[in-house]
Amino acid sequence: MSFLDWHDPDRVQALKQALTTRILLLDGAMGTMIQAEKLDEAAFRGERFANHNDDLKGNNDLLVLTQPALIESIHRQFLDVGCDLIETNTFNANRISQADYALEELSEEINREAARLARQACDAVATEERPRFVVGVLGPTNRTASISPDVSSPGYRNVDFQGLVDTYIEAVRGLLDGGADLLMIETIFDTLNAKAAIFAVQEVFEERQARWPLLISGTITDASGRTLSGQTAEAFYYSVAHADPLAVGFNCALGADQLKPHVKALSRVATCLVSAHPNAGLPNEFGDYDESPEEMASVIGQYARDGLINLVGGCCGTTPQHLAAIARAVGEHAPRALKQEKAA
Amino acid sequence: MSPSPRHTRLAGLEPLVITPELNFINVGERTNVTGSARFRRLIVEEKYEEAVEIALQQVENGARIIDVNMDEGLLDSEQAMTTFLNLIAAEPDIARVPVMVDSSKFSVIEAGLRCLQGKGIVNSISLKEGEAAFLEQARRVRRYGAAVIVMAFDETGQADNAERMLECLSRAYTLLTEQAGYPPEDIIFDPNIFPVATGMAEHDNYCVEFIEATRELKRRFPHCHVSGGVSNMSFSFRGNDVVREAMHSVFLYHATRAGMDMGIVNAGQLAVYDDIDPELRELVEDVVLNRRSDATERLLDAAARFKGDGQKETRDEAWREKPVAERLKYSLVKGIDKFIVEDTEEARQAHASSLEVIEGPLMDGMNYVGDLFGEGKMFLPQVVKSARVMKKAVAHLVPYLEKEKKVGDKKGKILLATVKGDVHDIGKNIVGVVLACNGFDIVDLGVMVPTEKILEEARRHEVDVIGLSGLITPSLDEMVQVAEALNDANFDLPLLIGGATTSRAHTALRIDPAYRQPVVWVKDASRSVDVARKLASRQHREAYAADIASDYETVRERAAKGRQRKPLISLEKARANAFRADFNRHVPEKPKATGVQVIDGWPLDELVDYIDWTPFFRTWELAGRFPDILDDEIVGEAARSVYADARDMLERIVKEKWLTARAVLGLLPAQSDGDDVLLYTDESRSEVLERLVMLRQQADKPQANLCLADFVAPKDSGVKDWCGLFAVTAGIGIEEAAARLPDNDDYADIMLKALADRLAEALAEALHHKVRTEYWGYASDESLDNEAMIDERYRGIRPAPGYPACPDHSEKDKLFSLLQAPDKIGMTLTESWAMLPTASVSGYYFGHPDAQYFVVGKIERDQLEDYARRQGISIEDAERNLRPSLG
Repeated sequence: MSFLDWHDPDRVQALKQALTTRILLLDGAMGTMIQAEKLDEAAFRGERFANHNDDLKGNNDLLVLTQPALIESIHRQFLDVGCDLIETNTFNANRISQADYALEELSEEINREAARLARQACDAVATEERPRFVVGVLGPTNRTASISPDVSSPGYRNVDFQGLVDTYIEAVRGLLDGGADLLMIETIFDTLNAKAAIFAVQEVFEERQARWPLLISGTITDASGRTLSGQTAEAFYYSVAHADPLAVGFNCALGADQLKPHVKALSRVATCLVSAHPNAGLPNEFGDYDESPEEMASVIGQYARDGLINLVGGCCGTTPQHLAAIARAVGEHAPRALKQEKAA
Repeated sequence: MSPSPRHTRLAGLEPLVITPELNFINVGERTNVTGSARFRRLIVEEKYEEAVEIALQQVENGARIIDVNMDEGLLDSEQAMTTFLNLIAAEPDIARVPVMVDSSKFSVIEAGLRCLQGKGIVNSISLKEGEAAFLEQARRVRRYGAAVIVMAFDETGQADNAERMLECLSRAYTLLTEQAGYPPEDIIFDPNIFPVATGMAEHDNYCVEFIEATRELKRRFPHCHVSGGVSNMSFSFRGNDVVREAMHSVFLYHATRAGMDMGIVNAGQLAVYDDIDPELRELVEDVVLNRRSDATERLLDAAARFKGDGQKETRDEAWREKPVAERLKYSLVKGIDKFIVEDTEEARQAHASSLEVIEGPLMDGMNYVGDLFGEGKMFLPQVVKSARVMKKAVAHLVPYLEKEKKVGDKKGKILLATVKGDVHDIGKNIVGVVLACNGFDIVDLGVMVPTEKILEEARRHEVDVIGLSGLITPSLDEMVQVAEALNDANFDLPLLIGGATTSRAHTALRIDPAYRQPVVWVKDASRSVDVARKLASRQHREAYAADIASDYETVRERAAKGRQRKPLISLEKARANAFRADFNRHVPEKPKATGVQVIDGWPLDELVDYIDWTPFFRTWELAGRFPDILDDEIVGEAARSVYADARDMLERIVKEKWLTARAVLGLLPAQSDGDDVLLYTDESRSEVLERLVMLRQQADKPQANLCLADFVAPKDSGVKDWCGLFAVTAGIGIEEAAARLPDNDDYADIMLKALADRLAEALAEALHHKVRTEYWGYASDESLDNEAMIDERYRGIRPAPGYPACPDHSEKDKLFSLLQAPDKIGMTLTESWAMLPTASVSGYYFGHPDAQYFVVGKIERDQLEDYARRQGISIEDAERNLRPSLG
């Protein structure tokens, strides 16, 4: 519950309006789409970082600066198959993750440029009847605030809450400056990291005296049905509900089939909207995802038929073809009805 | 969609929704330095491990939330709070409950909130410093996502009567809900519990004031909660736990009726209101409710008579008072065998015949167990324990049954056998127990049962269903042969297929087509009951068989399509895409000790730490990774129980030396020759001792097509390399050990076998470790804990013949003869290359830094022919040995 006004009440109204009439489509995977391009070191570096000391191959987020046309074209491919919401290419665009490449100083710039690219792609196809939205992505970082990286010293942490808050504040500012319509804290494997992100988001809202809609999406890592940091789906939801999110959901790690019971568990308790963007199945022995668009869409169709979701998209391994199939599969179904709180 | 009621929803690793049905939420108080001298001492002395134990005890004693307080002058309280909360975050048994961060300093509260991934509670904030400070703190707490306790305190001081309590707290409620964004359910009131019976008359009414304030708060703010630190009220009776516990209990009895629904109490020490000595209860009630002016003196006078250590944990044996049928059911469900013989005897005397006892109360109890199992409310280890109790009851009745000469109606008779060449029977025994529990008659033929014997015994016993089991891949072919034999002999009995390497696909593709009658693959013991019931019933069998048949037809169709979809590459191409290890960068290290060596009587206690427990739970059909499984929401209780039993038996196995562990290994000069590994007689490398023939992946993929030979330096490279062989067993003496177990105790029997298997795997792991650090010595400085070891985060691999990287079981012949395993350590092979004793492991060692486990997968005809040629065997024999790898 926040007392701040929406930054752009009309856009929020348009989004909420769309959400009451149909299941909205998030986009698919950015990472595996980039991988498929098989870019080399030089391509990642571009001219600007030609002389950087560290290897930059694999720094996908940097591509918003060095290969903006490629990133925009991936956004366009997803927009062309009907995605309503486009996620910025900022999964690792934070000071902590960028430190691996000695590029921590670029964090805010990457976030801003990534949002601007997504904005540009969306605005090019958006119409009055069919608005498109930019989702500013806040990834989990590559550290965990509630798990020790050293098994023999369980009380040790290599990142603390304040360090995460500072990191996320920078990223949030960049995303909002670049024109994001919403923010999404996603692939949450440690809820404490997410709580730091929520804290940061609220700090920036306070600073700007306005708020933006927020999506929160966790990750159930394995068959135990828990997050990496050990929480059940329900516990996860209660731990982030104070952020007053527009939607909560799950993404990554599992295919649509394996993810369904956890989305269901969330759908049972959440008083906000529910989202899901699973992987294209589980990775095969070579680390590739090979669930076909039809296979994945048929399971997502069941999510929709069972009234579990309001927003759906794809994570690792999902291509524009997957999203096109998902769009067809969910098209006819009504979105999940919002739960009302009642007096006990 | 149903509206969701407004409840307080907290979380640790697991959710805690405070519904009215929970009545009262115990908050553990012992992790509070101001309340527990022991905890304070441990924290001040930085004995955090022991301090964590206290938190664990609180949760085990039923605390639904734990209160953590570090307010102590000697401490850096922020640091102590952070350290302690980070430590308990690593203990799933503690971290599953929400934390209450307790401090009078806001900086300590914030330090605590920064460590909580779940939704906790702040204890507490108040209007002591005025509205501005209160709102500032409240908003910050909200940003961390915690619920909050508000203490009845304002600018004028702490409230000590109902009117002031209501004044402070109502004002706080308005501020929190209207200006800080709190939903009412995230607000908890603490109206203040002060000590009574202090001797000062003005204190006498404190409890009454609290109770009255509580009643009114719940009326005004029904979604909020009322809490308090209970032990404070009995402060004047320090040292007399009996009286204190009685006071707490009486206070809570009245306060909860007024609406207090949360409290900080010692969860392990709370008297039951009805159990308090009536005289003491009366005296305490006078004090708590301030019913007479001399109440304090009267309680003080009497207190000495009630001195004691307070409540001791007692087991609830109330069930012993129930009727005999209820008691039998209780024993069966709980797996308690202590009273089963006397209760069975009592039931026998009350019934007309022993058979009535079995078919009446005992079967009713077992049916109830079966229902609970079917609903997922009981788990396999518990069911096997129930079966043990049942067997004991039946054993008591057998002499009477024989006198009465009556035979009961059975649901059907099922023959079970582990097929020829295979010695594994844990899974088969579990199925037998589960089916017997469900009223089936079991004819168990044991292990290594030849096809003819299966046919013969099936006729002799006139069974209704035949069940085959096997663990190793050659058993799959054996099963096909049994199916063919049944078909040829015109049997009309359904066939059940089970065991670790069996699958729906194999059953559909290979076994089902071989037999005209229904063939059904059974995934695990829990499914076996339903399948057996349907197949044994003349009524349901046909429809069920038709379902299965069409299901298998689909599997076959899909497999046919699958074969077309993913073509393999030729062996030539696969070899061209082999993994090329760089032997310039990595020069193989010469082993410190070559030749064949035996280690007899490896100390069992050294193996315990090497045990990987996760597969143990899989044996019991409990899914989950150890140790998390012990805390699992669904199977946790069952897992903890079977684990405790396992540790007990393991301790006896180790202490009383039930089993002997033996190992033999050899590190030999080696080089690769194409896809073969050549082992040489000595370092001159002139004479080939043996040729190990390996298989190569033929999948079409960008990464290398691997073969184990790739990890050994090629013959023509001139680089000297080595390869290892090993065979270990922890099963020597297992028959004698089994004889020590109580008769008819399947639970213990299965447990013993499962533990021997674990010890054998642990021995393989321990030996591999010794090979890396000593015998071969290429990683003499390696230091890994058990978890890292289980995750295989070390250099080198130890693949086993018959498993994915080298799927041909027959290669074990070479291994056993090179190591002289039968002579040196008493390990032998069956005709299907199953190892005896069963608890054994054998395999190869590859030391190359890039050596990795992989799956050979399907191979093409070209490799099959090439393989037969290299092994010097016929193509038909090669086909038989490699069947699972053929498309």
